[in-house]
Amino acid sequence: MDKKKKKNYPLFKARMYIQACWTLITNSYASGFINGTIYQGNVKSICVPGLNCYSCPGAWGACPMGSLQNAFAGRVSGFPFYVVGTLITIGALCGRIVCGFLCPFGWIQDLFFKIPPKKKVRRLPGEKYLRKLRYVVLVVMCIILPLFAKGDIGVGSPWFCKWICPSGTMIGGLPLIALNENLRSVLGWLFTWKMFVLVVILVGSVLMFRPFCRYLCPLGAIYGLMNPVSLVRIKVSKSRCTSCGACQRACGLDIPVYKEPNSDDCIRCGKCITVCPHSALKMDASLRGRRKRRSAAREEA
Amino acid sequence: MRKRSIYTLVLLAVGLAFIVIGAVKGEANAVLQKAIMICMECIGLG
Repeated sequence: MDKKKKKNYPLFKARMYIQACWTLITNSYASGFINGTIYQGNVKSICVPGLNCYSCPGAWGACPMGSLQNAFAGRVSGFPFYVVGTLITIGALCGRIVCGFLCPFGWIQDLFFKIPPKKKVRRLPGEKYLRKLRYVVLVVMCIILPLFAKGDIGVGSPWFCKWICPSGTMIGGLPLIALNENLRSVLGWLFTWKMFVLVVILVGSVLMFRPFCRYLCPLGAIYGLMNPVSLVRIKVSKSRCTSCGACQRACGLDIPVYKEPNSDDCIRCGKCITVCPHSALKMDASLRGRRKRRSAAREEA
Repeated sequence: MRKRSIYTLVLLAVGLAFIVIGAVKGEANAVLQKAIMICMECIGLG
């Protein structure tokens, strides 16, 4: 290995700090935490990129998944252009880099993953099929049920938020219930169920890298679909890659990055890029044509 | 320009166009109206 060519990759090494800063900045409405309420200003018409519950006392923005479900549930007449447009724009720009860097619940899972034991579970039996579950969650719980299972007044429910979303329970439910006595008085079996889901996911996060993101997250499913065509992509230098598999061994999601650099499972954490002994992987955000890239590669060589 | 880059640009254009259409239709306000109320479903209360 050429020592001179080994790069430092400060962006990926600072990932945890970026996640922490983003979570704190987007959830920094202090008055909500003091009074047990939520922010009600106009900024909340803007969707944040990650799974960030709008009922978090500190949240400045709206959750894109909650907004999408509510639009399908009947709060928007016709096709929900605004929320879908936001998701497409973010996905086309950066794909699942949002999951790796800008999702509060992704950060929480990463923190839990740091808890021992050091030996973690890499895959579950039927992993390939389990990873498709997030698409089922997206289609069934975020689109079909909110769209068609409507109540007496013609408005449906955000089914994913209601039955699964651990982000809502953790950063919305727990602080609000701790701070607001009125809400505490109406706790019921649904909250018990959501706490159960949250605990299972958090315990799972200790044993395995990002279980919620890999199996259940509908937002990750949407962004993952755009991973192969997003502006920010991982590129493999065919001249440098020896298919040694170091990237796959380092990848928490066990993705063979040298074969599938833009897999829909990839959360763009950049671990593969930092460990590649031949510097064959890089994050690229250009729209350059093949000819320009070839000349750039020649210059690099 | 590669085909993939064209897809990226088309997606970006569609996404931005959808945001504008949605904003003109008043959907941003619908998002706001939901987001400023405590979401009982989200926090597990019903």
